[in-house]
Amino acid sequence: MTQLSYRAAFSLIVKRDLMIAFRHRDDIINPLLFFIIVVSLFPLGIGPESTTLSRIAPGIIWVAALLSTLLSLDRLFKSDHADGSLEQMLLSPHPVFILVIAKIFAHWLLTGLPLILIAPLLAVLLHLHESSYGALMLTLLLGTPVLSLLGAIGVALTVGIKKGGVLLSLLVLPLYIPVLIFATSAIDTAAMNLPYNGQLAIIAAIFFGSLTLAPFAVSAALKVSTN
Amino acid sequence: MSNLNVKVETTTQATETLLSARDLTCIREERVLFEALNINIFAGDIVQIEGPNGAGKTSLLRILAGLSQPYDGTIYFQDQAVAQQRENFHQNLLYLGHLPGVKGEMTAQENLEFNLALHGLNADCAEETLAEVNLLGFEDALASHLSAGQHRRISLARLWQSQHKIWILDEPFTAIDKLGVEKLEQLFVQHANNGGCVILTTHQDLSLPAERVKKVKLAYRFY
Repeated sequence: MTQLSYRAAFSLIVKRDLMIAFRHRDDIINPLLFFIIVVSLFPLGIGPESTTLSRIAPGIIWVAALLSTLLSLDRLFKSDHADGSLEQMLLSPHPVFILVIAKIFAHWLLTGLPLILIAPLLAVLLHLHESSYGALMLTLLLGTPVLSLLGAIGVALTVGIKKGGVLLSLLVLPLYIPVLIFATSAIDTAAMNLPYNGQLAIIAAIFFGSLTLAPFAVSAALKVSTN
Repeated sequence: MSNLNVKVETTTQATETLLSARDLTCIREERVLFEALNINIFAGDIVQIEGPNGAGKTSLLRILAGLSQPYDGTIYFQDQAVAQQRENFHQNLLYLGHLPGVKGEMTAQENLEFNLALHGLNADCAEETLAEVNLLGFEDALASHLSAGQHRRISLARLWQSQHKIWILDEPFTAIDKLGVEKLEQLFVQHANNGGCVILTTHQDLSLPAERVKKVKLAYRFY
């Protein structure tokens, strides 16, 4: 029996998830479109005054990113659970840790990365302070993987429940709040031309903490959900 | 309260015990499905789990595969507790549940290749394997365009490539036509003769000789 290495198992799952997503494009486009719509509605609702907009821009972008990630979380394990492929993955000879982290990485590639790419454009729309762009990109780069990682715990816990949507947001949103606070604070600080290393360091710590611990929680939760 | 003990008779020659369960108890929705169940399954066995709907056949198979946790009891693979050797056990286990685990967004061949690769099997011969299950000509068709029986065939196809010792199959004949069932039965015998074992549930009568198939009967319990 040829035994796949961890790296091969990882890329096998990532490739499969990307292939499925590209054949089912709604899943990628919907959260991104939601993000764009929410952010672009604010200037219309509040008025085009640049001082107000640039004051609330970090909050708007980050709240929209949180909600659009929440919208896309269901895709992570729901359909695999429904058609039985999740069982097969749990029964494969690879550590569940590798499979889980591969699925989360694929989820981030499909939701987090597009958000990062489109965010500067939307920031222009909101008159974000020029000196804040670096902070915006860095916080998104470190923060969006955290959203996927922590969200995965919630999805894994609710995957067996028919209508787990509300429960999922109740479980996951409180966990997102620290990221939201430190990210917006970093962007605000950058607007004042002050160093924002502290906030970045905390977001990085949350990222590495969840990167190492969340997959274990997700594996345990999936085992409970398929029981 | 009488304990439901099922003893699977041993074959005459001394063979390796592949899978055994000790004192298994399963409780679902406050109903005891089975209690203190002991099973020994040897290399070369074909075991059919029988019982009415709701007797706990699927629960038993899921517990044996390690997908569900029993209320009480332990599963042993080659006389060692499964919990202590998860990866080794999974390298020797092939479980097919009610759900075929086929992705509608992928073609028949991609589905099979993924399944084979995931379980550490050779994915290069997916095309020939699809021919074994009469899916030649459908390799590049998206699975969402195929029928339930064809989905089942895609998921069963990996049996032909499998080198796992233990096959646990939950209703493998669902939606499969007569000819397909015959072919599968032959495959089961061949696998058992090569030192593997097959544990399956089905409501159909197997056409295999009665002495070849061992039966575990689960009764429906009301308490």
